[in-house]
Amino acid sequence: MLNYDIVIIGGGPAGLGAAVEAYEKGVKNIVIIERDKYLGGILQQCIHNGFGLQEFKEELTGPEYAQRFIDKVEEYDINVMLETMVLEITPDRIVKAVNSKEGVFTIKAGAIILAMGCRERPRGAIMIPGTRPAGILTAGTAQRYVNMEGYLPGKEIVILGSGDVGLIMARRLTLEGAKVKAVVELMPYSSGLTRNIVQCLEDFNIPLLLSHTVIEIHGKDRVEGVTIAKVDENREPIMETAQYISCDTLILSVGLIPENELSQKAGIELDPITGGPIVNEMLETSVPGIFACGNVLQVHDLVDNVTAEARLAANSAIRFIREGEFGKSSIIVKAGNGIRYVVPQKINVDNIEKRIKFRMRPVNVYNNAMLVVKSGDKYLLRQKRQRLTPGEMVDVNLSKDILKNANFEEGIVFLVEEG
Amino acid sequence: MKEMYDVLVIGAGVVGCSIARELSKYKLKILVVEKGEDVASEGASKANSAILHAGYDPVPGSLKAKLNVRGNEMYDELCKDLDVPIKRTGSLVVAFSEEEAKELYELFDRGIKNGVKGLSLITKDMVKEIEPHINDTVVAALYAKTAGIICPYGYTIAVAENAAQNGAEFVFNSEVTDIKKNGDFFIVKTHKEEFYSKYVVNAAGLYSDVINNMVGAKPFSVHPRKGEYLILDKDQGYLARTVIFQVPTKMGKGILVSPTVDGNLLIGPTSEDIQDKEFKATTKEGLNKAITVAKRSVDKFDVRKTITQFTGLRATPDTEDKDFIIGESDVKGFINAAGIESPGFTAAPAIAEMIRDILKDAGLQLIEKVDFNPKRKPVIRFTELSDEERNKLIKENPAYGRIICRCETVTEGEIIDVIRRPVGAKSLDGVKRRVRAGMGRCQGSFCGPRVVEILARELNISPLEVTKHGRNSNILTAETKKFLLEKAAEVLKKEVYENA
Repeated sequence: MLNYDIVIIGGGPAGLGAAVEAYEKGVKNIVIIERDKYLGGILQQCIHNGFGLQEFKEELTGPEYAQRFIDKVEEYDINVMLETMVLEITPDRIVKAVNSKEGVFTIKAGAIILAMGCRERPRGAIMIPGTRPAGILTAGTAQRYVNMEGYLPGKEIVILGSGDVGLIMARRLTLEGAKVKAVVELMPYSSGLTRNIVQCLEDFNIPLLLSHTVIEIHGKDRVEGVTIAKVDENREPIMETAQYISCDTLILSVGLIPENELSQKAGIELDPITGGPIVNEMLETSVPGIFACGNVLQVHDLVDNVTAEARLAANSAIRFIREGEFGKSSIIVKAGNGIRYVVPQKINVDNIEKRIKFRMRPVNVYNNAMLVVKSGDKYLLRQKRQRLTPGEMVDVNLSKDILKNANFEEGIVFLVEEG
Repeated sequence: MKEMYDVLVIGAGVVGCSIARELSKYKLKILVVEKGEDVASEGASKANSAILHAGYDPVPGSLKAKLNVRGNEMYDELCKDLDVPIKRTGSLVVAFSEEEAKELYELFDRGIKNGVKGLSLITKDMVKEIEPHINDTVVAALYAKTAGIICPYGYTIAVAENAAQNGAEFVFNSEVTDIKKNGDFFIVKTHKEEFYSKYVVNAAGLYSDVINNMVGAKPFSVHPRKGEYLILDKDQGYLARTVIFQVPTKMGKGILVSPTVDGNLLIGPTSEDIQDKEFKATTKEGLNKAITVAKRSVDKFDVRKTITQFTGLRATPDTEDKDFIIGESDVKGFINAAGIESPGFTAAPAIAEMIRDILKDAGLQLIEKVDFNPKRKPVIRFTELSDEERNKLIKENPAYGRIICRCETVTEGEIIDVIRRPVGAKSLDGVKRRVRAGMGRCQGSFCGPRVVEILARELNISPLEVTKHGRNSNILTAETKKFLLEKAAEVLKKEVYENA
């Protein structure tokens, strides 16, 4: 059995960030296990710019952002196993993996950092009736075909869902000569970043149809068209508004799901809302010594935040291998009115040095609302926020001093107060 | 003189393939002609309830009854020989009222008349013991021990492969357009070519009426009875251990909740008579109905865990007795295995035996082959191997160490194997049906591009030629820069023209 202080599962931005941080903090006996042929994860197919504004104070493309970390991994000579699939992790931190060179092998890990990222919701999960022809694919798969393999998956395209990958692909496919006929969004607001709506749709005159959905897919061998309709406030299609759009491709950008099959096998408790592990202030999961960061924990909008989260996970893992188990996290963190979820879901104030960052998503669009943190009836924080939208993750920093005022029994609640 | 086949089978569904394999035991020249691009790629063998019926449902004395019970008995040995997973889970017909419970007695009696073994009527407590997650409203059930679950296309592919190993030939993408009797043989035309055969067996499923009427035999018609299904994630599979039926109606055996042999949960089918034989779509109403009715049996499943939905079309005969149409037609040498609706899959191996006997009676000489091999070359399933076996395998062939489908843990080695096997995979769906790559929770989002790459390499074609399921179902439409250049050239041409 191999032995590493830290085993990092996933070589995307989260895994790379964690590895570089751990090494720079002096823990060098680490390994990154990556299932693809190269490091960088999904960043390698994100050839548009806009990455790194916070991290590097400049606008990079996805591959450039990844390369900054890959260069360091190479410079530090950090162990990397490519084309290696982790088959299983156990609560006592044994990692079983397979590749074509070593076969099946096991690693004993001092700590594990989960950085497996997320996957896209497929058609089946959203139950669009109709036929099952070729030409239905997720935005990420389309992105891979266009940017990495050099092929167009279609020429006349309808995109369902306005997640960021879908918006980016609307622009990308247009630039490659395809006609993007519409982006159809079930909700009355986009789930993508505002900058992407402007730069990817508006700049190219691509219509964004809010409160609409695809109600049927047509075509026997290849998609021939879709029927779309407006939806009412209960998201039920209004049949009188149905219209047919001819197209050869339907691209789905209907949500991302953290990939936690491995975590589940290890008995790690998941948050039903985020789909990621329930973590404490150290980003430690319910299994001691196993940490999570990046999209496997919660789906992020910006890679810079993934990197920041990865650093925290790395430092926590280091502390775990040096000092052993942390004290119990006794304050429960809850999402109240207007907030869908908050990460971390529990905290131990003793482990917090000065302050801690909470990340959350609103359930709806709110303008000029108050973002509030309460413990019981007591207000810990009230912040005015110009705009809150589900498409943009919200950060709230709380200092240790503020948290000391929290009532341990009641926990703390994040909520939105309107008006 | 053109090659003369002894028997030409039309249709590569489970019935056609089972007949081909049965006949491949004898010194015969056999050809299977299939409209689709693959075995079990178009019709009911691809999309059904994936179960082996015990046989209490069909009318006693009917072909359905006889062949169902016989077919059911044959599957254990067949699955062993063909290396196909099968589980004898048993089935329950569940009653939710005293009235429904009375119907169970009738089914029980019918089962006994049909010769079904292992039938028993059980009380609520016993039902709950067998199915802890079934709704508490259950009153009683008919328990049929011999029912089971199996992957219908996986089995059909295995049968075809073994038939091919034993000399049966297959042609795909070949829709039969005309059949003529020419003295003592038939000329069977497709869009591409024509074949000569002494005997023709019609196993064309939903189109078996078209084929029968084409040859001028006494006409009949077959119509599609649509059934819609949902497949749920493997984490819902624990909710059913047996095949859970409700008390049947005249439209069929009702909506069931069942585990699949791969561990998912299957819900469906609805039952609706339609006209269009090509209707393969799911509908909102149909899916909702399947869900609502299934909840009557087990209400704990989470619909959000649906990974895919599909529609299957049963080939329902419009004859008075609604029985299978099996026998030599009034055109000598033209034999029907037509109108094979449920329990057709279960009955298929028995139908094949029956067709063999009919052919013999019709004058076909059957001489057993000494070298017939009933066993399919075993399939390597990476997930089922021990680590030692995996390591040995990877050392011999590193492709087995590369996982292509993450959701179902399918290796490159397994994918290459099913492309290279006899009657191998030629499309994304062909690969998916054989090794489950793309059948998991992400539905091919990750592995799709990799499988396209492997198919292109193995079949020596461009990725642009790789299809989802044959015909015009290409996955990719153009090379990126080329497409732009072509468009630019068009614009330039237009400008030059306009300026001139």
